[in-house]
This record gives sequence, C-alpha cells and structure tokens, in this order.
Amino acid sequence: MADQTSPISPAATGTSAFLRACKSFSLLRESPVGMIGAALVLFWVLVAIFAPVLAPQDPLQSLQPFAKPGTVFAKTGSTLWLGTDHLGRDILSRIIWGSRTVLIYAPLATLSAYVVGIMMGLTAGYYRGWPDTVLSRITDIILSFPVLLLYVIVIATFGASGSNIVIAITFASAPGVMRIVRGLVLDLRNRDYVAAAQTRGESALYVMLIEILPNARGPLIVDACVRLGYVIITIGVLGFLGLGLPPPDPDWGGMINEGRKMAMVFPHMAVMPSIAISSLVLGFNLLADGLREISLRD
Amino acid sequence: MLVFISKRIGIMALTMLVVSVLLFLVLEFSPGSPATKVLGQFASDEQKNLWMQQHGYFDPLWYRYFVWIGNFLSGDLGISQRYRMPVGDIMWPRLWNTAILGFWTFVFLIPVSLVLGVLAGMREGAMLDRSISIVSIITTSISEFASAVFLSTIFTFWLHLLPGTSGMINGFEFKQLILPVLVLFLYDFGYVARMTRASMAEVMTTPYIRTAVLKGLPYRQVILKHALRNALIAPFTVIMLQINWLLSGVIVVEFAFAYKGFGALLLEASLNQDIYVIVSCSMVAVFVAVGTQTLADIGYTYLNPRIRFR
Repeated sequence: MADQTSPISPAATGTSAFLRACKSFSLLRESPVGMIGAALVLFWVLVAIFAPVLAPQDPLQSLQPFAKPGTVFAKTGSTLWLGTDHLGRDILSRIIWGSRTVLIYAPLATLSAYVVGIMMGLTAGYYRGWPDTVLSRITDIILSFPVLLLYVIVIATFGASGSNIVIAITFASAPGVMRIVRGLVLDLRNRDYVAAAQTRGESALYVMLIEILPNARGPLIVDACVRLGYVIITIGVLGFLGLGLPPPDPDWGGMINEGRKMAMVFPHMAVMPSIAISSLVLGFNLLADGLREISLRD
Repeated sequence: MLVFISKRIGIMALTMLVVSVLLFLVLEFSPGSPATKVLGQFASDEQKNLWMQQHGYFDPLWYRYFVWIGNFLSGDLGISQRYRMPVGDIMWPRLWNTAILGFWTFVFLIPVSLVLGVLAGMREGAMLDRSISIVSIITTSISEFASAVFLSTIFTFWLHLLPGTSGMINGFEFKQLILPVLVLFLYDFGYVARMTRASMAEVMTTPYIRTAVLKGLPYRQVILKHALRNALIAPFTVIMLQINWLLSGVIVVEFAFAYKGFGALLLEASLNQDIYVIVSCSMVAVFVAVGTQTLADIGYTYLNPRIRFR
C-alpha cells in the first residue's frame, strides 16, 4: 500500500511560531465549520474550568432518585434541569464535573502519545536504516491489532485507573503518530535548511527538534485534533464498558453505562451524557476540518 | 506474487507469536489470581492453591507457553476456565454471530457510502458535497455507545418499534439485528464516504477526465466509464480495512445490545482473566486483521496496473 502522507505546505521561515499560530486562528474565522468546532471545544473547556461555579448541586450528593428532567427539588426549591440518576445525583452537575475528567485525561493521553510517537517518528525518519526497520515493524504489529481489543485486554488485566488509561492509550496511539511523523520527516530531511544546519555542525537532536519538527507541525496539529476526538471516544468507551475510572467520580462514559441499565424506564440518564460526549468530539472534528481547509488554502 | 503472499504469511505468524508471548506475559504479571475469578472471592487459599495446581499454574511460564503453542498448532485451543468448555466450542459460534452482524452492516455500508462519496466527489465544493461532508463528520463524532443510546431511546423507548436488546434468546430474529447494524453503519459510513469522495475528487481533476469532457462525451458516460474505474480503487482498500475496524466496533455494540458475539466474548474473557479464550480470540483478530490487509493489497495491485509486485 502506498505510504499515506499528507501534503505539506513549506512553512515560511522568518515569522515566529507564535505569530503564525495567531495568524492561523484569525484565518479560522473564514471557515464557519471550524468556528463552530472551536466554539464547541471552548464551551466545554470553560465548563470544565468553572465547574465549581457552574454546577448547581454537589455531583456526589443524593437528592431524589429518578427525578425527571425539569423536576423541582422540594427541599431546596431548585430545579433539576436534566433530572437525577438512580442514586438521586443531579445529572447536570455530574456532566459539568465530568467534563473535567475528560478534558484532563484526553489531552494528557494524546500529549503522551504524541511525545512518544514524535520521538519514534523522528528517529525512524531521520536515521533511516535499522532504527527505521525496527520501529516500523513494531508499529506494524501494534497497528495490525484491533485497537479496542488492546485497550480492553490491558485495562481489564491491570485494572482501571487514570494512569493505566493514559498508558494504554499512549501504547496504542503512538504508532499512528509515528507513521505520520516518519512520513513528514522523510520528506523534510532533504530540504536545504536541514542540509545547512548539518553543515553548520548542529547535533542530530538539534536538527530533528529545531529544524524538522516545527516545519512538520501543520499536518500534526490537524491530526492532533482528530486524534483527541478519538481519545475522548476511547475514554468514553472504556467507561461505557465498565473499565473506566472508579465509580464515585463523575465520568461521562461511566454515567452512560449506569444509565444504560435503566434505559427502558429513564432514558435521560444515558442520553444526557451521550449528548455531552458527542458534542465535544464533534467540536474537535469540526475544528480539525476547518484547520485542514485553511491549510489547503494557504 | 507468491513471494508477496508468503512474506505476508510470515508477518502474520510473527505478529501472532509476538502477541501471544505478550499476552502470556501481561496475564502472568496481572494483579489477582485467576483462581479468585473462578472460585469466587471467598474461596480459601488452600482451595485456590489446589485449583492452581490442578490447572498447571505452578509450572513455569515458558513451559505453559510451549504447551499452549503446541496444542494451538495441532488445533486444540485449550479449555475456558469460565465456561469449563473447550475454547473452540464457544468461540466459533460467537464468531459466526459476529460475522452475521458484520455481513448485514456491509450490505448497507458499501452501497450507501460509495454512492454518497461518488456524488460528493463529482462536484467538489458544491452544496451536495458540503452537506455530505458535514453529515459524515457528525455521524463519525457520535461514537457507537452514544448512537446506541440515542437509537434505542428513539426506537425502543418512544416508538416501541424495535427490541432494545439483541440476545437472540428465542432463536435468531432479524428484528433484533436492526439496531446493532444501524449503529455500526452510522458510525462508519461517514468515514468510507469521505474516503470515496477524496478519491473521486482527485480523479475528477485528472487530464483524462478533462479530455473526455472536452471531446464532448455525455457527462454520464464520463462518470460511469472513465472516472469510476479509477475512483473506486482506493475505497476498495478502505472497505477491506473496515473489517479490521469492525472487530473493535463490535465489542461496544455487542455489549450495548447484549448480542452474543465475538466482541462480547472477548470483553467477558478479559474481565475474568480467561487466558485461553483471550489468547485464542486475539489470534483470530490478528489473523483477520493481517488477512484483510493482505487481501486489500492484492486487490489493490490487481485493480491498479500501475503498481506491480516487487
């Protein structure tokens, strides 16, 4: 199969990375789809940051079991906008607090997958030869294995905890990142500025990190958005399968799993967190689509 | 060709070997003993030790691995500790159920996503193209568990049209298959449609299509005779690789609808440290994954004469 590398636009040198980042965000305004995505993501980030202020109730406190959405809680007179779950906990507050869980672990796992994947990809693409062969072979083996089976086996065996989830996701996602980085590096390593740096006598590490990596960032940022969406889905799936974070903490996937059992009587218990997680993933995917559109226009 | 296929079989064997060694290692060092899972929390240490001894757990790891690999090569997949039955007797019917699920998913997935992708790619940037792209982004963002919740709320809770679980307790019933198939279809069709669209859009910009249009051929003929042939090569590969994706996807869907398939079996086995079931299922997964990749590559070179085997 042909190596699938995305086209790269040669980055203009001279302008600082910060200015270019600002420029691409102002360009994003031209893509309505990207703007909607950015708004959705920003919404959930703000919700996560201001969770203590926004949540109307304590997410762990039991108020009144199986309240329908919009019920007025008699004791305090407050409205339970999204109802309560089987233990009487306010679903709205749990969703608001749950956004923290997702928005901490998903970026953390993605970042960690990127660090490992980028190191592997840079090494393979820059040195070629046997490091490339070894790393590519490992990557092929991990990627040929259906990824969810991997998560299920690893998490079910080692137990569910935040760090195990991050490790499992890193292990399963880093090979995908590695492939993309390697493809980009194979293209960039023959550029003149790389040759110039090598002639100056810069170390291999300097050339890889300072010369090559910044110029590969365009496709990587788009990929990171899509991958972040997948990681959010993965964390949700693990929660849904009962392999997520331990129960008392609000976690969207876990809420859907608990609500699913009551789905025939009280569907809102599962529907509300499903909407939350889908809208967040949609946000990242739309953002990625907008960014891709802009990078192609450049 | 033969060299290529034997190379692939070699890779498959290597992958299976690595995966099985890793699984044995992972399960060996996992916290909690398998005896607890079988005998229950309240079994005494004596009982557990006796069970461990009976099932050969005190033999060294490498010895157990070689016994397993010897049995595996002669077709004996071992005994499931949870079901107390040969693994093959449990796994093959489950795999067949998943195959039925997969078959019906593909029956809908392939025509719908190809037609939508081709229509979108024919006029890049047109209204239809944009709306198909947006719809496919939305459906891809709603993961299987979320759409399972939405669909069963709509069709089971509100409309009372379809059963909410697909346990097939009273024999096979097609009605119970509709929701799982729909969930898998909705999640995946957007991806295949987008890949088809990209391929079609690329073909539409090639000089030979321009020539065909400029020499005055009817547009219908340009699309059907000239463009489609090349535009459908890439989607073929994508669709083949979806079989691999399906093995992951079915875990969620089968769990959500209590469908007795391969994914549900693997999930259950992982939760119970049922080692021979886990390893056997993983071997099947690697076989299917590498096998479909090989078929995809062979098909690709067959369809695209520009690429030849080295």
